[in-house]
Amino acid sequence: MNGDYNAATASGRSPLPPGEPVLEVRDLHVEFRTRRGTLRAVNGVSWSLEPGETLAILGESGSGKSVSAQAIMGLIDSPPGFITEGEIRFRGEDLFALSEDRRRRIRGDGVAMVFQDALTALNPVFSVGWQIAETYRVHRGTSKREAYAKAAELLDRVGIPSAHERLNSYPHEFSGGMRQRAMIAMALALDPEVLIADEPTTALDVTVQAQIMDLLTELRSELGMGLVLITHDLAVVAENADRVAVMYAGRIVEEGTVSEVFTEPAHPYTLGLMHSIPPLHRRVAALDPIPGTPPNPARIPPGCPFHPRCAFARQHCREVEPPLERVGEGRASACHYWEEVKGGE
Amino acid sequence: MSDPRAGREVEVEVDVDGTPEAGQEATAEGAGLWSEAWRDLRRNPLFVLPVLVIALFTVVAFFPQWFTDLGPRSCDLARSADPPQAGHWLGFDRQGCDLYARTVFSTRASLLIALIVTVSAFVIAVILGSVAGYVGRWVDTLAARLADIVFGIPLIVGALVVLNVVADRGLLQVSGALLLFTWPPMFRLMRSTVLSVRETEYVQAARALGASNLRIIVRHVVPNALAPVIAYATVLMGVIISAEATITFLGAGLQLPALSWGVLLSTPPRTELLNTPHLLFPAVPVALTVLSFVLAGDALRDALDPKLR
Amino acid sequence: MASSAMSEPLLSVRGLTKHFPLTRGVVFRRQIGSVQAVDGVSFDLHEGETLGLVGESGCGKSTTARLLMRLIEPTAGEAIYGGEDIFTMSRAQLRRLRRDIQIIFQDPYASLDPRMTVGSIIGEGWEVHPDLVPKGQRRAEVSRLLEQVGLEAGHADRFPHQFSGGQRQRIGIARALAVRPEVLILDEPVSALDVSVQAQVINLIEQLQDEYGFAALFIAHDLSVVRHISDRIAVMYLGKIVESGVADEIYERPAHPYTQALLSAVPSPDPTITRRERIRLEGDVPSPANPPSGCRFRTRCWKADERCAEEEPALVDRFGHGHPSACHYADVSDVIGSSGQE
Repeated sequence: MNGDYNAATASGRSPLPPGEPVLEVRDLHVEFRTRRGTLRAVNGVSWSLEPGETLAILGESGSGKSVSAQAIMGLIDSPPGFITEGEIRFRGEDLFALSEDRRRRIRGDGVAMVFQDALTALNPVFSVGWQIAETYRVHRGTSKREAYAKAAELLDRVGIPSAHERLNSYPHEFSGGMRQRAMIAMALALDPEVLIADEPTTALDVTVQAQIMDLLTELRSELGMGLVLITHDLAVVAENADRVAVMYAGRIVEEGTVSEVFTEPAHPYTLGLMHSIPPLHRRVAALDPIPGTPPNPARIPPGCPFHPRCAFARQHCREVEPPLERVGEGRASACHYWEEVKGGE
Repeated sequence: MSDPRAGREVEVEVDVDGTPEAGQEATAEGAGLWSEAWRDLRRNPLFVLPVLVIALFTVVAFFPQWFTDLGPRSCDLARSADPPQAGHWLGFDRQGCDLYARTVFSTRASLLIALIVTVSAFVIAVILGSVAGYVGRWVDTLAARLADIVFGIPLIVGALVVLNVVADRGLLQVSGALLLFTWPPMFRLMRSTVLSVRETEYVQAARALGASNLRIIVRHVVPNALAPVIAYATVLMGVIISAEATITFLGAGLQLPALSWGVLLSTPPRTELLNTPHLLFPAVPVALTVLSFVLAGDALRDALDPKLR
Repeated sequence: MASSAMSEPLLSVRGLTKHFPLTRGVVFRRQIGSVQAVDGVSFDLHEGETLGLVGESGCGKSTTARLLMRLIEPTAGEAIYGGEDIFTMSRAQLRRLRRDIQIIFQDPYASLDPRMTVGSIIGEGWEVHPDLVPKGQRRAEVSRLLEQVGLEAGHADRFPHQFSGGQRQRIGIARALAVRPEVLILDEPVSALDVSVQAQVINLIEQLQDEYGFAALFIAHDLSVVRHISDRIAVMYLGKIVESGVADEIYERPAHPYTQALLSAVPSPDPTITRRERIRLEGDVPSPANPPSGCRFRTRCWKADERCAEEEPALVDRFGHGHPSACHYADVSDVIGSSGQE
C-alpha cells in the first residue's frame, strides 16, 4: 500500500485484501460558515464502500447527501466550508494526512465523479474529445495520438455512436443524454476504482434516465468499480443499488441492503418517504406524506432531528438524539423506537 | 496540477446540496428584500464610511459658510500664490484668493451637476428601459439603436464638442451635455434587467391574472429591475464629478466667475500645474467623493443582489 | 361535481399548433426554420375532472399550458371555452377568461414576486377583478385562503423568501384560487419539490379540487404522480398526442410503443415488484426544429418501417376500448405488470 501509487495504477492496482473497503468515510463533520450563521451540513457521517459494490446515499435537499462526496473530491470551498472532524480513507490511506500532490492524484486516478448537470460540468470551449484526451494525457503522460485513441475508445464504450467522428464535437452539440455519457467517459479515463455519481439522471428524461443507469450498472460490473450513487429518487436506489444510506439533517438515519431497507424500513423517515410516493401500479385513495418540511441546517431541532415530523415521536425523542445503532445483520438505524417502526409495517 | 476538470468542478458544487435553502422561517420579522439589504448595509464599513464622506460633502455643498469665514471672492492680489499659513491652511492662488474657501464654495456646483445628471439619467433609464424592455418590438428597436449610437461616442469628447458650440455655459448647460452621453449605459442596464424580469414566472402569473401591462410594469417589473440601476447610479455620481472636473479643466465646462472643482483645477496657468498645490487641493475632494460614490455603489450592488442571499 | 363524459366539455381544444420561428440576424431578421413545439393537439376537459398531460422535455406540454392562458399566441387551432374561442377573444373577454382559467407554475422560487408580501401576492387578482371580493373583506379572505392551503393567517405579512419551496407552492395555489377559477392548469406543480413535500402538495390539490370543484389540467413528467391524480391521461411526444384515455386504460393497456416504453422505463421504488422485460429506447428525443417525417416516434421505435416514415398515423380508437392511439402498429401490452399486482 505504501509503494509508488503511480506505478501501482499503471500496472493494474494491487488487489485489496478481502473485506477491506476501497473507500471509507469516518465520522465526517462539515460546516458552512455564512453571514447568517453556521450550517452544519454533515454531522458525523460514516460509510464505506467495497470494491464492485453500489452504495446509494439517499436524501432530500439540505440533507447533506452530496457533502461527503464533495469532501472526498476536494470540492468544498473554504471558506465558507470547513471539514471540522473526521477522516476519508482510500485504500486505507487517510486523504487528509497525505500531501496535496498525492491527494490530487488519488482524486484523478482512484476516485472520479460525474455530476447532475453535464452541460456545466463540461467545458464549453473545448471539444469533448480534447477534454477526455487531455485528462488521460496529463495523468498518464502518453502522446496526443494515443490519448485521442483512448478518448475514442471511451466514447465508444459509453455508447456514443460513431465515436471517432464525435471526438471533435463540442458539448453543446450533444443532447442531454449524450453529454451525460461523455462525462461518464471522462470519469472513466483513468480507470478509477470508485465512481461517485451525484444525481446523474435527475436532469434527464425518463427514457434516457433508464439508459444512463443501465450504462452505469454495466460499467460497474464490467470494470469492478465501486459506485457511490447520490440521489433523492427512491426508485433509482431500489433498482440500482446494493446498499443504501438514508440521510436526514446531515446524519445517516438508516443503513442496510436495499431489499431489506425498502421492504422493512427501521426508521420512520424512510417509512415516510416510501408512503409519499404514489405507486405506478395501482391507484391509492390518498397519499400519506410526512408532515412539515426538512429542517433548516442552521437550526436543526434538538434531540432526534426528525422528531417534529415523526408519528412515533415522544418526549424521549425531543431530548436525546438517537445514535446510529446496529439493528441486524449489516443494518443500522438511528431511532429510539426502531423496533416499533419495523414491526408496524 | 493541470487536471483540466479541477477548475470547473468547483463551480458546479456546493449549491447542489451544500448550501440548502436557509430561507425558511429564518427571519421571523416580516422583512422585505429592501429592508434586509438596508440591515446588511448598515453593518458594512465599506458602505457606512463612504456614505459619511458623501454626507459631509453634501453639508459643505449646502452650507459652505459653516466651514469658512471667508467669502469665495475674498481675494487679495498682494497674497498671490502665498504658501499655506495660519488661518489659510491651503494657501492662496495666483489671484490671491484663499484656496480652502474656494474649494469649499466649489463643492455645491460639482455635486449639483452630478445630482442633476444622475437623477435625469436615472429617470430616463427607468422609464425608457421598462417600456422598451417590456413592450419590445419597434419601441425597443428604436430606443436600443439610439442608445447604441450615443454609446459609441466617448463621454468627454462628446461633451466637449457639444459645449464648444454653447456660448453661455452654466450649470444646466454642462449638466445637459453630460446627460446626453451618460444615459445609454444605464438605459441598457435597465432594459436588460427588465428583459429577464419579464420572462419570470411571477410576471407570467400576473398576466395570467389579467393584469394590464401598465400594472405589471409598475408593480412587478420596475421594483424588481431597479436594484442594479440604483447601484449603477451611485457609481455614475462619481463618474460625473470627475467628468465635470475634466471638461472644465479642458476649458469647455463652467466659466468663471462660476466655481466648481473643475474651475479650480483649470485656473492655475498650465506651466505651474506640477509644482504648485493649486492642482492638488481641489483634486483631493474630487478623488475622495468619486471613490466614496464608487465604493458605496459596489456595496449597494452586493446588498441588493438577491442571488447572494 | 361528478361529471359525466357525455356532458358538454368545459374546454375544448382542436388542432392547437404553435411553431416558434427560428430567426437569424439582428437588423435584417429572416426566418430559417421553426420549432414545432405543439402540432395539432386536440382534447376536451370536462367539468370537475383532472386531465393528465404527460411527456418528456420538449414534447410541448408546457407550451400547451401557456397557449391556453394566451400567454403566447398560437400558430393555428382553437380552444373553445364558454362558447367562445380563447384565441379570438377581445381584451375584455380575455380579462374574464383569466379569472376562469388559472395556472400554477413549476418553480415555486420564480413564480412569486420577491418584493411583495404574501398577502398582496394572493390579493393581486382582486385588484384586477375588484368585484370578486369587496375591499373591506380582502384581509379576512387572504387569511382564509392561507389557512385553506395549510399556512397560517399571520403569514400574510411575510415575504416569499422566508418560506420553503413547498410553502411557496401553497402560496401560488392560494393566488390562483383567490379568483375562483373553473379550470386550473398545473404545470409541473410538484416536480421541483422534495419527495416528502410533493405528496403533501398533491394531497392538497386533490382536497381543494373536492372543495372547489375546478377542472384540472395536470402537466407532469412523473408518471406515478400523474396516475395518482388524473382521471384521464394524454401522452405527448414531440408536439403531438400519441395516446389518450382513462388513466387505468393507459397504464394497464397501453397501445402506443412510446407509452409502453415510457411506462417500462419508470423505475419502481418497490424492490419486490418483478418487472417485465424493460423496453430500452435508443437515443434521445429528436429536435422539434427538425422532427422526423411521418410518425414522429419512428426514429426510436422498434416497430417502425417505411410506412411510418411516409404516413402519419392518426389518433383513433383502434381497439374499441375508448382510448385512441396514434400508431399504425398499435398493440395493447401490459408493460408494468399491473394486472398481476392486485
